[in-house]
Amino acid sequence: MTRLGTNRLLRGLATAAGLLVVWQLIVTLGGLPPFILPAPLEVALEWAARREVIVHHGLITAAEILLGLVFGTVLGTVSALIIAFSRPARRWLMPILIISQAIPVFALAPLLVLWLGYGMVSKVAMATLIIYFPVTAAFLDGLRRTEPGWLDLAKTMTDGVRTAGAQRLAILFRVRVPAALPALASGLRVAAAFAPIGAVVGEWVGSSGGLGFLMLHANGRMQTDLMFAALLTLAVFSLVLWFSLDAVLRRALPWQPDTHPDEKE
Amino acid sequence: MFQAKAADPTDQESAERPAGGPPSVTLHAARLAFDGVALFEAMDVALEAGRITCLLGPSGVGKSTLLRLLAGLTELAPGDRLECGDGRPLAGRVAYMDQRDLLMPWLSVLDNVTIGARLRGMAAYTARAAALLERVGLAGRERDRPAALSGGMRQRVALARTLMEDRPVVLMDEPFSSLDAVTRYRLQGLAAAVLKDRTVLLVTHDPNEAIRLGHNVHVMAGRPAVLDRAMILPGAPPRDPTDPALIPVQRELMARLGLAERGG
Repeated sequence: MTRLGTNRLLRGLATAAGLLVVWQLIVTLGGLPPFILPAPLEVALEWAARREVIVHHGLITAAEILLGLVFGTVLGTVSALIIAFSRPARRWLMPILIISQAIPVFALAPLLVLWLGYGMVSKVAMATLIIYFPVTAAFLDGLRRTEPGWLDLAKTMTDGVRTAGAQRLAILFRVRVPAALPALASGLRVAAAFAPIGAVVGEWVGSSGGLGFLMLHANGRMQTDLMFAALLTLAVFSLVLWFSLDAVLRRALPWQPDTHPDEKE
Repeated sequence: MFQAKAADPTDQESAERPAGGPPSVTLHAARLAFDGVALFEAMDVALEAGRITCLLGPSGVGKSTLLRLLAGLTELAPGDRLECGDGRPLAGRVAYMDQRDLLMPWLSVLDNVTIGARLRGMAAYTARAAALLERVGLAGRERDRPAALSGGMRQRVALARTLMEDRPVVLMDEPFSSLDAVTRYRLQGLAAAVLKDRTVLLVTHDPNEAIRLGHNVHVMAGRPAVLDRAMILPGAPPRDPTDPALIPVQRELMARLGLAERGG
């Protein structure tokens, strides 16, 4: 890790420590009972005591999130490519895309559970649906905003040499797609932040496993410390997921305009 | 995913150029209007075979539009005629170079130079690309990304990419106008050498560039724009602008551009 990365990590840890102190102060000074707001130490002890249960449910949720990310990304990427390439497909798929966004995905959760069952499938479907639109929209936006000069150049290079279809396909994959990868990366970052929401909402509506199930279960029994332990596990997993994806994307797309000069440290 | 394939000598774009020299090109553009205002009417442009034709004129007069018509980037209107001296179509025989380098930031310098072959579904002839990069003074920079290069170097890569296309007709839209004076002067010299025996249209707003590089120089002016008769410049490019023999040419060109100082 670079020195800059170490600094960032240290600052993140300092922020987390500060939040824990505030949390502890609220509990101590406010005199709140543990079933309203447990102290950080109690939550930590509960996590240690119930770690097998938490890890078991955490792995289920993690699998749902990751599978949702994969399916949503594949579906979104392919949809954007088809819409960008084919004009008839654009006419038919764009309305579906807009409708998919007009229906609140949360409202679909009970239906998905009804159709796909209490198992993982309905949660994966939920996470897939929730990230499908951001991924498609971001990639499509990138595909539509190719620098016109590159398209002109590519056109003069292929005019009269390739058929119209082959020319369009070559320009799509050699120019428009690579040029749109930074936009796709933005969509994937949004997806990584949204996918956990999809999975957990799915679990709340109806499930037999996962962190959302565990939280609902703990809530019913007033085990607020266990709820917090599950919630923090989910938060840590989401953060790790986001930062790993961000690191991978930065490494994979070294040419993309990185931080604004003002943001460089 | 977008890397050049290994060079395969059987599948290379080598003997693509047909026998016979570069063609002459003539364009008769009937009428071109933007928002109802005629940019030009009945405009005739002739590019002499194997020569550099410069098109001079103020910004917004329609020079670039004319070049885009020739490049096939703007559809010809009914009544327009685009013909080559050898009777074959122009499409597929044109290389285009813009004022901006248009390098693709995700490709290395070498892959930028060979992008044309890959767009055509052919194997890239990397040895020739490396030789061209050496010719434009960028040997050893093949693996760099465009972002690591200066503006002058990037425009050199663009020149190498244009030459890599090995097209008989080259259309250049103010190719050196974004460069500093010293870099521009050097690149003009290089361009004159490497564009020898190609049919070239060079659009520029710089009279000195036209004198340095052109065999024939046209001035385009007015609205609707008209093209004057070509000035035939003496000697071969690249010309030395400090050559006293060119002073009458400069005076004539300034007069055609309406820039002649009066009462001097």
